Parts: sequence; structure tokens; C-alpha cells
Amino acid sequence: MWQVLYQDLEQLGFMVVAVAEESRGPDSARPWIEQAKPDYWSLIDPDHLVARLYGMTNVPQSVWIDEQGRVVRPAETAGSTDHFRRMDLKTRTMAPEDQAARQAARDAYFAAVREWARTGEHALPADAARAKQPKVTPEIAAAHAHFRLGTWLRAHGRQAEGDRHLKEASRLHPDSWNIWRQAADLDEVGKASGPEFWARVQALGDRPYYPPPDLPGFPR
Amino acid sequence: MTVVLTETDETEVAATGGLWLTAAEAERATGWTLKPEGMCRGEVCVPLPAGMAKGGRIDLAAFWRHMGHPVVSDDAGETWVLGTGAATRSEMLAGLEAPDFTLPDLDGKPHRLSDLRGRKVFLTTWASW
Repeated sequence: MWQVLYQDLEQLGFMVVAVAEESRGPDSARPWIEQAKPDYWSLIDPDHLVARLYGMTNVPQSVWIDEQGRVVRPAETAGSTDHFRRMDLKTRTMAPEDQAARQAARDAYFAAVREWARTGEHALPADAARAKQPKVTPEIAAAHAHFRLGTWLRAHGRQAEGDRHLKEASRLHPDSWNIWRQAADLDEVGKASGPEFWARVQALGDRPYYPPPDLPGFPR
Repeated sequence: MTVVLTETDETEVAATGGLWLTAAEAERATGWTLKPEGMCRGEVCVPLPAGMAKGGRIDLAAFWRHMGHPVVSDDAGETWVLGTGAATRSEMLAGLEAPDFTLPDLDGKPHRLSDLRGRKVFLTTWASW
């Protein structure tokens, strides 16, 4: 998907930088990257540095950066939708209309990316971009520090102590799916999308898992 | 040895009693330099409060908190994360300049975001989990 986007638009001076938030390291991301055969940059981010720097809380989220290195669209959901929440958990399937709506949203998002590359459309003026930047509280800042320590301790064989810091990170920043799901994955592969994940998703109630971007084709 | 983890770096230092470091070690770990006017980085100097310097050493953890940044350590006090505070992060985000980073690809080759200046960049994230 990103390879086609890049191939179609690179001559316009467009680049894709895809960052894998993978505290287990490159080998967890390797099968996907090798299959995608990317000509764009496909990078590995074990510390979730990019999420920290840009205030991202889930994957996939994207930031649009212009030729001057300015953020013209802050972190937002990159084409995913909440239709998966209505999935039949036994069969892991979605109703045809949900599948279609999900695909339409993905197409609308990437159509917007293409328009931006071609014409600059959808880039936000500075004030609007600033207003949309994620809000960082002292709790969120502390959560990132605990997450960094937790993943470091885990990577150095200190699982129990690391997990305490990962848990504290989630407590301080409960809205970060990146923190909770990465910690769950470190605990056990598959846990990030297991029963505890679904319970957390259900607990959202009316709140979105993937907040829709403020772009044409998405609900306001 | 004690390990100091900053936003992007990992530095081994010789600390005593918490995170008391010589000025040279503190500078190596954080880029902040001890000067007569305080701790300085670039044009910015922050006066060092009394009690945070003693016998040629600096209480780096206390100084970091004094600047409004989070500090967390392991149980043994041998691994320290010097984080970035909410005010600093919010200022950076409000400035709209894309925070720079260098990350490796699958082969370990580093790539720096700011090397793409002059092109539009679609920065996106994903994960296997």
C-alpha cells in the first residue's frame, strides 16, 4: 500500500517514512517489511521515540510534514476505522457493509494524501495545525519516562521490574494504545489483540478507538 | 556503572549516591554544561539551585526535575531515565517544526528525518502487535 503510494508520488518530491513501533526489535517487523519490499524508508523504533516526539497514541497514525520540515497535519488516524468493533469475534469476520465502509474510509484517507502530494490541499494553516497538536500533560510525560525504563529493563532481562514500569506507564497514560498493547505484546505475543484488549475496547463505550481525521469522507 | 537514558541516548556514567555526577559526566550524558551562571546548553542557562552541587558533583536527577522534566529510576538506582517534561514537549509541538529523529532500517542503517528536507514527508506508524 505504502509502496504504491510512494511509487506514484515520489517524482513530485514525496516520501514515505514508515516507522515500526516494535520494542521486541527488528525481527518482529521483518516479515512484513520483507514482503512489502519498500523503496521508501521503513524504520524500526524499539523505544517508540516517534510516538513520544509526535504525541501518537495508536497505530496507524500519521503526521504530514511539508518541504520546510513543518508539521501541516499533526498525528491522526491513518485510514483505519472503528468498524472492527462490530466484528463477530467467533468467526473474526465483519458484515459486508462494514467491510465496504472500512475500505471506503481507507480510500478516502489515501486519496487525501495523494491530493496533498499533488496540490498541497489538506495541509492545515499554522494556527489550525497548532490547535490539533496532541495535548501533553505531566502524567503523559511521566508515562513516557516509565515506558522507556520498562522496555529497557525488559530488554536487559529484568522482566518483572520492567513490567511494573510498563504498567505504571499505562496507568498514567490510559489513552495510549501504543503503551498498553506494546506491553501486552512483550508479555506474550498475541495478548495485544486478546480478550483483555477487547475488554478495553468495549470499555471505550461511545469513544472512538480510531478517532476519524478531519478530512473529506469522514464523519464529523 | 550507572546508565542514563535520555530521549535518544544511553550513556554509562560513574555516579555516587543517586545520580550525583561530575560536571564532565553530566555533560556527556545530557549535553548540559556547568558554567558560572548555571547549567547551560546552547544559549540557554538555568541557575543551579543551592544543594544541587557539592564537592565538584551535580545532583543531575534533582536538576532535571527542577527543569520540569520527569525522572524515573530502577530499584537499584543504577538506571535512570531523564525524560522530557510536558511544558517542553508542548512547546515543541506548538512550534510545528517536525521533531527530528534518526532510526535504523532492518539492516541497521540509520536514517535521519531532516535529511528529507525539501520533500513532503508522509510519516506513518505501524506495529506487528
